Amino acid sequence: MQPDRHDIELEVNGTTYRRGVESRTLLSDFLRHELLLAGTHVGCEHGVCGACTILVDGAPVRSCLMLAVQANGHALSTVEGLAADSGELHPIQKAMHDHHGLQCGYCTPGILMTMTAFLKENPAPSEDEVREALSGNLCRCTGYQNIVDAMMAAAQAMRATP
Amino acid sequence: MKPAPFKYIAASSLDHALSLKAEYGDDARFLAGGQSLIPAMNFRLARPSVLIDINSLNDLAGIDRSGREIRIGALTRYCDLERDSDFLKACSLFADALPHIAHPQIRNRGTIGGNLSHADPASELPAIAVAMEARMRIKSSAGERQMAASEFFVGLLSTDIQPDEMLVEIAFPSPKPRSGACFMEVARRRGDFALAGFAAMVTLDEAQRCTNLRLALCGVGETAVDASHAGFSLIGQPCIPEAIEAVATGVREAIAPSGNVHASPDYQRHIAGVLAMRAIGTAYQRAIHAA
Amino acid sequence: MTTRFFGAPIKRNEDKKLLTGQALFIDDVELPGMLHAAFLRSQVAHARVRHIDVAKARKHPGVVAVYTADDLGAYWQPGPVLVPPPPIAGVVVNPRTQVPLVKEKVRHVGEPLAIVIAESRYIAEDALDEIEIDFDVLPAVVDLEKGLGTSSAHVHDDLASNVAAHVHQTKGDYRSAAAKADLVLKRRFRYEHGISSPIETRGVVAQWNARASQMTVWDTTQAPVFVRNGLAAMLGLGERQVRVIAPFVGGGFGPKIMMFYPEEVCLPWISMRLNRPVKWIEDRLEHFFATTHERGQIHDAEIALDRQGRILGIKDVFLHDTGAYNPYGLTVPINSQCTLLGPYVVPAYDSTFTAVFTNLPIVTPYRGAGRQHGVFVIERLLDLAARELNIDPAEIRRRNLIPPDAFPFKNEIIYQDFQPLEYDSGNYEPVLDKALEIIGYDQFIKRDQPKLRAEGRCVGVGIACYVEGTGIGPYEGAKVQVQTNGKVSVATGIGTQGQGHFTSFAQIVADQLGVDVTEVDIVTGDTDQFYWGAGTFASRGAVVAGNAVNEASRVVRQKALKLASDAFECAEDDLVIADGKVSIVGIPQKFIRLGELAQRANPMRGAVKPGTEPGLESTQYFGPPSGATANGVHAVILEIDPLTFELKILKYVVVHDCGTVINPMILAGQIHGGVAQGIGNAFYEKLSFDDQGQLLNASLADYLLPTALEVPRMELDHTTTPSPLNPLGIKGAGEAGAIPVGPLFAQAIENALDLAQKKIELLEIPLSPSRLFELTRKADHP
Repeated sequence: MQPDRHDIELEVNGTTYRRGVESRTLLSDFLRHELLLAGTHVGCEHGVCGACTILVDGAPVRSCLMLAVQANGHALSTVEGLAADSGELHPIQKAMHDHHGLQCGYCTPGILMTMTAFLKENPAPSEDEVREALSGNLCRCTGYQNIVDAMMAAAQAMRATP
Repeated sequence: MKPAPFKYIAASSLDHALSLKAEYGDDARFLAGGQSLIPAMNFRLARPSVLIDINSLNDLAGIDRSGREIRIGALTRYCDLERDSDFLKACSLFADALPHIAHPQIRNRGTIGGNLSHADPASELPAIAVAMEARMRIKSSAGERQMAASEFFVGLLSTDIQPDEMLVEIAFPSPKPRSGACFMEVARRRGDFALAGFAAMVTLDEAQRCTNLRLALCGVGETAVDASHAGFSLIGQPCIPEAIEAVATGVREAIAPSGNVHASPDYQRHIAGVLAMRAIGTAYQRAIHAA
Repeated sequence: MTTRFFGAPIKRNEDKKLLTGQALFIDDVELPGMLHAAFLRSQVAHARVRHIDVAKARKHPGVVAVYTADDLGAYWQPGPVLVPPPPIAGVVVNPRTQVPLVKEKVRHVGEPLAIVIAESRYIAEDALDEIEIDFDVLPAVVDLEKGLGTSSAHVHDDLASNVAAHVHQTKGDYRSAAAKADLVLKRRFRYEHGISSPIETRGVVAQWNARASQMTVWDTTQAPVFVRNGLAAMLGLGERQVRVIAPFVGGGFGPKIMMFYPEEVCLPWISMRLNRPVKWIEDRLEHFFATTHERGQIHDAEIALDRQGRILGIKDVFLHDTGAYNPYGLTVPINSQCTLLGPYVVPAYDSTFTAVFTNLPIVTPYRGAGRQHGVFVIERLLDLAARELNIDPAEIRRRNLIPPDAFPFKNEIIYQDFQPLEYDSGNYEPVLDKALEIIGYDQFIKRDQPKLRAEGRCVGVGIACYVEGTGIGPYEGAKVQVQTNGKVSVATGIGTQGQGHFTSFAQIVADQLGVDVTEVDIVTGDTDQFYWGAGTFASRGAVVAGNAVNEASRVVRQKALKLASDAFECAEDDLVIADGKVSIVGIPQKFIRLGELAQRANPMRGAVKPGTEPGLESTQYFGPPSGATANGVHAVILEIDPLTFELKILKYVVVHDCGTVINPMILAGQIHGGVAQGIGNAFYEKLSFDDQGQLLNASLADYLLPTALEVPRMELDHTTTPSPLNPLGIKGAGEAGAIPVGPLFAQAIENALDLAQKKIELLEIPLSPSRLFELTRKADHP
């Protein structure tokens, strides 16, 4: 059959994009290879590892479980949009750096997006709540401890300077 | 793991969606949350030729507690159920179960209708629907019908939904006075499919004797299992531990789990009994405090 | 020389790129005209292939080419044997290596049969459906003991059996040791490791530039130099015509050093033929079959002790699952054989293993590399002996530890570096003491546990000791150059998969050259920048490459001082290097910047003096004579639900000695990550194969990696016993966290459930709630 194509318009990190996409193109592939926003990583394509997590209208979702065509009309946030235009890191990025919360860095963008949304809704979490929020993102390098420390520190920093 | 090609149609209305489904039948699938369908398509285990996207049909979403029942639109996402604290207070089975369904990223997209239509035997919501004796409202372009949850789940990953039909709404009876409910499961990790899950609803009379007991399990059969008959010995009785233990024994004898890579059949049978004890016990405590 | 940076928890240079999504990983490589590859992989484990029909697939719209083994012609050959047989008397080895595409026989599920090249991966996967395979299914060899039986199918038809190797090593005389023993204990142990499952799978991008006659390959390999050399030889190119780049790699853990994977062999050849760049990214489903595993062993082991619990000797006969091919030689089982000796004095040792071919994916080292299996056996034997002799498990270990004055300690048998096993340095008892203190061992046993038991809670403690051979040769090198802008550039041949080389190596340079660590730019894994060395594996990066970096920096430092002393006409002793400048001691206003010195060292007029080189640059190599032995102790307190057997870790302690530490923050991260993988191995990760070699849980939904809810907070401490084998005194640490967790869990679970009283023994890993239920039930209802 001829590829089924659709025109979509969506916003990513505040920029509007208009593209034609094949219906079966996964949102993760669209972001990475069409928009060249390769910071969102692919780990499993069945919704388990969380590496591909982005925000759609502010809510964390698995971009490997959405079709690009479904993003039509929505506002997406990816890791590329976290740091300020000046290059200054978001408090959550800074905390991860300060606490050695990343080693290979492959799962990191997914974790940053998950936790940015989580800390927005839960600005003063306990360690248990942070671990629960993290449990949908797999990391094979760090053993999670430093990520947890980073998130607790980021939460504190963001409470201090909202 | 990329999906096979398909034609994508964004339905503009429920009627549009239903007429498309009538046209394409089994060659088409509805795309709601996609959290079960898209992984299956990425593995190429599911290869629909047509995907009918129903995500914009907002009328299909929402929780209506205005009547004698709690009516939930099929397109209601797990996260919206989680955010409705009045709903969670009224339906403690959902309050208990929702944190066990995958992870927040999945719950931001997945829908109750999608979950029930997919009918995974280890999934929590079919067991809850069976325990609560929910009523499923099913529509096609030819009309509408309703059926009990117990008849809706017919086999492994299959429901009674016909090729031209869509599950549009699920109605749950409002909680009765002096009743309490509890859902518990054993899973290898939080969010994983249950090795066994147990939903218990206990209703008491003024003397705190059990007048009604609804029991259902997930993960131990090809569909959710209604084990309420194992609780008949408790009807009219006070819910003392020995009595609950007898029910747990009956539950273990009533099920025939087949085991999986994570659990032997005997282990599933064993924890079904453990969960029966614990869930019925907690439901009973909640019923007492509800009075 | 200052030590401002070495030993300090310096934050990582590489973080910003990674945190902002700007780091280049393999799938981020986008090249004009790039095509995409998908492999058709066997769905059965053992079969004779009669015919592969790709005609229909070739005509699929968007498909550019389809190749089978026959299309590769003379290029098709089995891969090289990576590790030759060790120099052990009587060793039997039958090397059989993997092939680029299956020709006549499939030997494991996932073996590649054909490759489709198309405009997109989506289309390539569509075309896979159109390839028809005609094959005869054969019975699969899955069980190790049955595989050695006379009626078993043969994985390799040209061999008389499924024996891949047979090795017998001894130390002392076990028989006479056992004759004198007060207790001889014999048990069968089963230990299965698992798969590395990094969050980033593998990938290869190959780009042939016909005009420049240059092949560039991006590869998620841990050994870019070896891959370059091998590919050049295979492709008939000169080594300098091939550039292999290991970009940022999302986790290695061992299997990414295996070579040559079929995909590494096929893609460059295809790129040359089509004159277009080609990309293959392994998807998660493929990863379960196409990337190597580390699986299981069955040990029949016996230990002879005196009544004080001192080991007189150990005898062990074990079977090792090597998978369908054995390109990595005997590394994994030799590690098991050697590491079984642990930190203990074992006067007599008799160890035999048979490696068995099976119709399962290839086994090569994965974090721990076989050490886990050996450590499980010795730690469990000691625990069981402790039960019999009524000695505390920590105490029986203490009585057997090698004393500190016994180093270098000779264990005689041949190790994976082909040298007789010798522990360079160590001080084991303080490590045990610290671990016991931090976990609160005595208090737990005497006070806390009885209280908890009275409450009906099943909480137990475990303690496990291990050694880890690290930092083996052959060698690594580093080129250090001070640039005219004052920044220092460093290149080394190993790759980086998260270990922080961009920072730890910079710390070494920064101290030697008196610059800030952020002024040092490290390149790893690009063979155009550096093309000598072996790779990142076996916990050797910091030890071997780190020492090469140190040596090269030291030489550059000497050059800088010499140049400055000539410029100032003073003695080198009167100079100090700090803050990027060389100045005269006591006269800070008389300085020359390092960048300026670098400029002066590159004369554009005059001549370079004979015997010297231009610039402030040096390339140096380091090759240790043998590996350095690190050691550690893990301790845990965990709770088991007595009804459901679900497990919760309450406290986890690691005390570790890896000699001198470059960056304690990076080291702690390595330990955390290793323990997490160890926890996965002990209680969550199990490969479930059926008897026809089908993997029943080939997805991350069913192959259970630990999450933030399964991995606890860990308390770490360390002691420092430097290695005499390298100038920096360092030992490796990459695998330490993963090694002893299996026996640790077994001991703690036995303690929690008081299984000694029920005469139940845990002799296998992995465990799970269901398995614990089965094992404990057997005792109640035999």
